[in-house]
Amino acid sequence: MTDKRDLLILGGGLVGMTLALAAAHRGLSSHVVDLADPAELTHAGFDGRASAISTASWNLFSNIGLGPRLAPHGCPIDAIAVTDGMKPGRIDFRPEPNEASLGRMFANRELRLALFEAAKDEPLIAWHAPAQVVKRERGEFGVSALLADGRRLAAALMCAAEGRRSPTRDEAGLPLAHWDYRHRAMIAELSHEKPHDNVAWEIFYPAGPFALLPMLDGPGGSHRSALVWTVAEKDAAGVLALSDRAFVTEVEQRMHGIFGAIALDSPRQSYPLGFQHTAKITAQRLALVGDAAHGMHPIAGQGLNLGLRDVGALVEVLADGARIGLDPGDAQLLARYERWRNLDNFSVSFATDSLTRLFGIPGRIPSAIRRFGMAGVQRIGPLKRWFMDEARGISGQVPELLKNNAA
Amino acid sequence: MANATIRPDEADHFGRLAQDWWDPRGASAMLHRLNPVRLAFLRDALDAHWHLDPQGGRPLAGKSALDVGCGAGLLAEPLARLGAAVTGVDAAPENIAVATAHARGGGLDIRYRHGELAALGLGQFDLVCAMEVIEHVADTQSFANQLADCLAPGGLMVLSTPNRTPASRLVMVGLAERLGAIPAGTHDWDAFITPDELDDILGAAGLCMSAPVGIAFSPGKGLHLSADLSLNYLVTAVRA
Ligand SMILES: Cc1cc2nc3c(=O)[nH]c(=O)nc-3n(C[C@H](O)[C@H](O)[C@H](O)COP(=O)(O)OP(=O)(O)OC[C@H]3O[C@@H](n4cnc5c(N)ncnc54)[C@H](O)[C@@H]3O)c2cc1C
Repeated sequence: MTDKRDLLILGGGLVGMTLALAAAHRGLSSHVVDLADPAELTHAGFDGRASAISTASWNLFSNIGLGPRLAPHGCPIDAIAVTDGMKPGRIDFRPEPNEASLGRMFANRELRLALFEAAKDEPLIAWHAPAQVVKRERGEFGVSALLADGRRLAAALMCAAEGRRSPTRDEAGLPLAHWDYRHRAMIAELSHEKPHDNVAWEIFYPAGPFALLPMLDGPGGSHRSALVWTVAEKDAAGVLALSDRAFVTEVEQRMHGIFGAIALDSPRQSYPLGFQHTAKITAQRLALVGDAAHGMHPIAGQGLNLGLRDVGALVEVLADGARIGLDPGDAQLLARYERWRNLDNFSVSFATDSLTRLFGIPGRIPSAIRRFGMAGVQRIGPLKRWFMDEARGISGQVPELLKNNAA
Repeated sequence: MANATIRPDEADHFGRLAQDWWDPRGASAMLHRLNPVRLAFLRDALDAHWHLDPQGGRPLAGKSALDVGCGAGLLAEPLARLGAAVTGVDAAPENIAVATAHARGGGLDIRYRHGELAALGLGQFDLVCAMEVIEHVADTQSFANQLADCLAPGGLMVLSTPNRTPASRLVMVGLAERLGAIPAGTHDWDAFITPDELDDILGAAGLCMSAPVGIAFSPGKGLHLSADLSLNYLVTAVRA
C-alpha cells in the first residue's frame, strides 16, 4: 500500500475522467477505477448519445487543454427553439452577437475518446480499467479500495463518479430523493434533407418532450441531428418494437417537416429516465460527483453540464485547500463543496422537473397555460435571460475552471 | 530566568478535551471551522514575507516552523504539508500524545514536545506561530519574550487571539460557550488582549507588529477574514 494518492475516483466515465484530468491540472494525483473496458466504452455504437456542452463546460475542457482536440467535433448551437407540440407560440433563445454562445453538441463517444487519450498520457493519473472494486474503506486517515485482483489502492479522498446507480453512495447511506418519471428516452441519430442552421429544437408533447440537437454534417455532407424522444414507459415497449421504417414515420409526424425528409443514421437506443437528488453529497472522506449526486431528466440537457460544474467546484475547493496545507479529505473542504453545489444542483434539477411536469400534463387548458407561459417567458426579459444563462451554465457562482481564462 | 507561563488550570482544561480534538463535529468544531480562515491568512503572510509564488506548492520547504500551543496538531499538520520541518509544543501532555498519534496516522513527520517553552531549549525557527494561545498564558510579556527568542533572524511570527470588547464577551464567552459551540471554561474574558496592548507587548519583546486583520462571523459567509477586529484578530510580527 505504497502508492497513496490524493484522489481515489470510482467510475471513470465522462465526469470521473474529467475530474481526474482537472485535478491533475491543479497538481493533484489520482487513481481512477472503472468497471468497464475503455475499448468497449469507446466502441462505435456503445453510447449513441450526444451531449450539449454549455459554454461553461466548454471552458473547463479548454482550461484543461482539451480545446484543440475537441473543437473540430463540436457543432455550435446558435439558437434553441422551444414549442408546445408545434402549436403557435414559440420561444426562441438566440443570444445577441456580443453574448456567449448557447453551447456545442458533441457525440459522447468523441468526448470519451478525447478524455481517455489525455488520461493515458497524464503521469498524475493511475488508470485501472477494467477493474472491479470488491471492498471500500474510509477512515480517519484515508480511504482505500480493494480490487478483485487483490490490489489495494489508497488515497486521501474517495470520489464516487459511478453514475446514477452509484454503489459507493448507497454503501455510504447517503439518502436519495427520487422521482420516477416512468418515462424512457429513445435515442437515435437522424440525417435530414434541410440544414438545421445550428438550431436545437425542444418540442413539448403531453407524452413527453421531443428534442432535436444539431450535429456536424456527416462525411458525405449529410445534415444530421441527434434525436431524444421521450415516451411514457407504458408506450415504450410498443415504440421499441416498431420497425426502423415505422419508427421513422412516427418521428416524421412529430417533426412537421421542419427539416424535410429524414432517415435513421444509427442504431436506436433507449434509456430509462428518472430524477434523483441527494442533499448530502459528502460523507467522511467521500464526495459524490456527476450523476451519482444528481441523475436527472435530460430535457434541459443539463446532466453532464451539472456534473462538470461539480468537477470545477470540487477541484477548486481541493486546490485552495492544498494551497493552505489542508488534506484533500479535510471535513471543512468537503463542507464547502457541499454548500457550493447544493443550491445549484437543486435549482437546476427543480427547474427541469417543473418544466417536465408543466409540459407533461395533457388537455386543452394546460396547453393554453403552457402557451401563455411561453409567451410570458418570451416577453419577460429577465426570465428569458435566466433560461439562457442556465443553458450556458454561467448563472450562480461559477468555479474558476469553468470561466473563460483564455482572454 | 523566564517566568512560568503555563496556568495549570488551563492545561488541565485542554488536556480533558484532547481525545475529542480531531473530531470535526466534536468539542473543537469551532476551531476546525476557524482553521481554513487562519491558514489562508498565514499563506498570504508567507507569500508576502518570503516573496513566494502564491499558487506554488510547499511554500515552507526547507524552512523550520514552531507551533506554540499546538493542541492536537490542527495547525502543525498543515504546516508540515506546506513543507516545513515542524515542532509543536503544548502545555498538556494529553494533547501531545493525541497529536503524535494523529501525525503518525497521517504519515506526517512532526516533532512534538510538552512543557514550558523556555525550558525546552528548542533553538530558533523561520516561522513561529502561536494561535489562540497568548490569552491563556499566565504572564503575557514573558511569553512574548520567549516567542521572540525562538524567532530566527529574518523569520516571521504569526499570532491570533480574541479581542477584549463587549462583542467578544457576548459572543465568545457568553453565547458560544452557552450554546456549546466552544467548550465552557475555554475563555477568560479579562485575560483577552486588545490589538494596541499586543502591539506594546510585542514591541517590548523587540518585535514589530503588522496591522491586525479581523476574523468575523456572518450567517452567509461563516467565519471569514474581515476589517472588523471586535471578536478575534490575526497579526504577523518580525524582529524590529
Ligand atoms: C437520454 C439521455 C440524454 C442526455 N443528454 C444530455 C445532454 O444533452 N447534455 C447533458 O449535459 N447531459 C445529458 N444527459 C446526462 C448525461 O449523460 C449524464 O449526466 C452524464 O453521462 C453523467 O456522467 P457520469 O460520469 O456522472 O456518469 P456515467 O456516464 O453514468 O458514468 C459512470 C461510469 O462509472 C462506471 N461504473 C459504474 N459502476 C461502477 C462500479 N461499481 N465500479 C467502477 N465503475 C463503475 C461506468 O462504467 C461508467 O464509466 C443525458 C442523459 C440521458 C439518459
